Amino acid sequence: MSVVDLQNVSRWYGNVVAVNDVSMTLEPGVTGLLGPNGAGKTTVLHMMAGFLAPSRGAVTIDGSPTWRNPGIYRNLGLVAEREAVHGFLTAREFVVACAKMQKLPDPAAAADHALRLVEMTDAQDRRIETFSKGMRQRTRVAASLVHEPQVLLLDEPFNGMDPRQRMHMMELLHTLGDRGHTILFSSHILEEVEQLSGLVQVIVAGRLAASGDFRRIRRLMTNRPHVFAVQSSDDRRLAVALIGEKSVSGVEIEATGLTVRASDYGSFTRALPRIALGEGIRLRKLLPSDESLESVFSYLLEA
Amino acid sequence: MSTVAYITARGLFGRRRVLLLLPLPLLLIGLALICESNDVSPLDWGQPVIVGLGLAVVLPVIALIVGTGVLGSEVDDGTIVHILTKPLPRRDIILAKLMVAAGVSAVTAAVPLFVAGVLADSARLGLALAAAAAIGALAYTALFLLLSLLTRRPVLFGLAYILVWEGLLGNLVSGTRSFSIEQYVITFADRIAPTDLLTGQVSVPVSIVMSAIFALGGTLYAINRLGSFSMAGETS
Repeated sequence: MSVVDLQNVSRWYGNVVAVNDVSMTLEPGVTGLLGPNGAGKTTVLHMMAGFLAPSRGAVTIDGSPTWRNPGIYRNLGLVAEREAVHGFLTAREFVVACAKMQKLPDPAAAADHALRLVEMTDAQDRRIETFSKGMRQRTRVAASLVHEPQVLLLDEPFNGMDPRQRMHMMELLHTLGDRGHTILFSSHILEEVEQLSGLVQVIVAGRLAASGDFRRIRRLMTNRPHVFAVQSSDDRRLAVALIGEKSVSGVEIEATGLTVRASDYGSFTRALPRIALGEGIRLRKLLPSDESLESVFSYLLEA
Repeated sequence: MSTVAYITARGLFGRRRVLLLLPLPLLLIGLALICESNDVSPLDWGQPVIVGLGLAVVLPVIALIVGTGVLGSEVDDGTIVHILTKPLPRRDIILAKLMVAAGVSAVTAAVPLFVAGVLADSARLGLALAAAAAIGALAYTALFLLLSLLTRRPVLFGLAYILVWEGLLGNLVSGTRSFSIEQYVITFADRIAPTDLLTGQVSVPVSIVMSAIFALGGTLYAINRLGSFSMAGETS
């Protein structure tokens, strides 16, 4: 059982603050590190993995600092976002080499086991440069799992995987988490995190915006009004009709159409066609305007 | 052989840039053969071919290609991470890479220099050149390995050292010769096999001490730098 701990960690590059006073503790199980692109997820992961010195604060695994401490890799696996692999090696050669560098007693058996875990046994004797993105990714996961580390850090691990591979990888991470490994994976895709993990750490603009159980955070997110852009044959009359609808919490009339705030996504999208039909108004456009993750995150940050 | 050395060697010979190692030694041997077969006096061709081409260009350029190839290219494409995420002392990683780089450079440069030395004078000069080139290869590769960790453009800075520092300033400003690996190699070869072809301009003790400083200092500094190897985040 291993614990990864960040205490008041900041990291800046010159004048740019990438990570701002983040404290978090990762315990055994699967945790998602969530945030929009550029929020500082990778910087946090790199500091945890000992590839970046915190400008301020302390990053430790089981009490040992990760920076300038190669000993931690006995107990830590990293799947970095950059997918570079020694392409001239076969998958098996690569994983065996990693096992040897970990000084495992039986590198071949450990490599077999790791390759089986990620379902790469069939392709193990092909050179990595011939692999698809997903296969490379699985090979890298096998390499970082070969010494069965207590802590596994994965930076955007599902990039480039097809749905079946994704599902398999999720199962694998789940199993490892249930067995008591401490697993952290980063993602900018909410659904990935939702499927995989109960616990999340949300980073927005370098700060820890939310931390804890995903469902609770998700509820927070659904409490905010959904914003839609609507255009119709008669915007003003539609606005009057809409304001009487319970699920609508606000309507603005603008030159280009209506901006409608709905408290309940489902009831509003069902009510709108009914109202339009009843009023004899033709709908020209209906667009959810704040569905991007960035807006969800910024909402979280304000909350 | 350690796993790091194995991967390094596979990487070096697996990349196309290994082909760059061929033309220079072939040119050196070819020129020596042409001069010899045309009965040109070794006193006329020995100096320009052995020193001007062999020691001033072939040895350092080969060491540059190899020395930056064993580490710089892995830093460039990010594969170094797979080696760094292992509980290996950084010393072992640098030493494995230096061993491969120095070994490959020494063999690649020493063979044509040996041939040229034999053709110009004697087997003794050939052996002296080969031995001096091996020492030079170690000092050069340690320097270029370090450059791979200090800058994103190790080849550029390496070329600047070879062409500007050793090539240009070495001829104009005598003081710079004390910091020129090329000069140490000439001194060593001249000391082992004294001939009229080579004239050492740096004393033997200075050459010994300075070669050791380049090789040892470069290696120690590289070990320290690798310990602090950082990966930039997405924001930088």
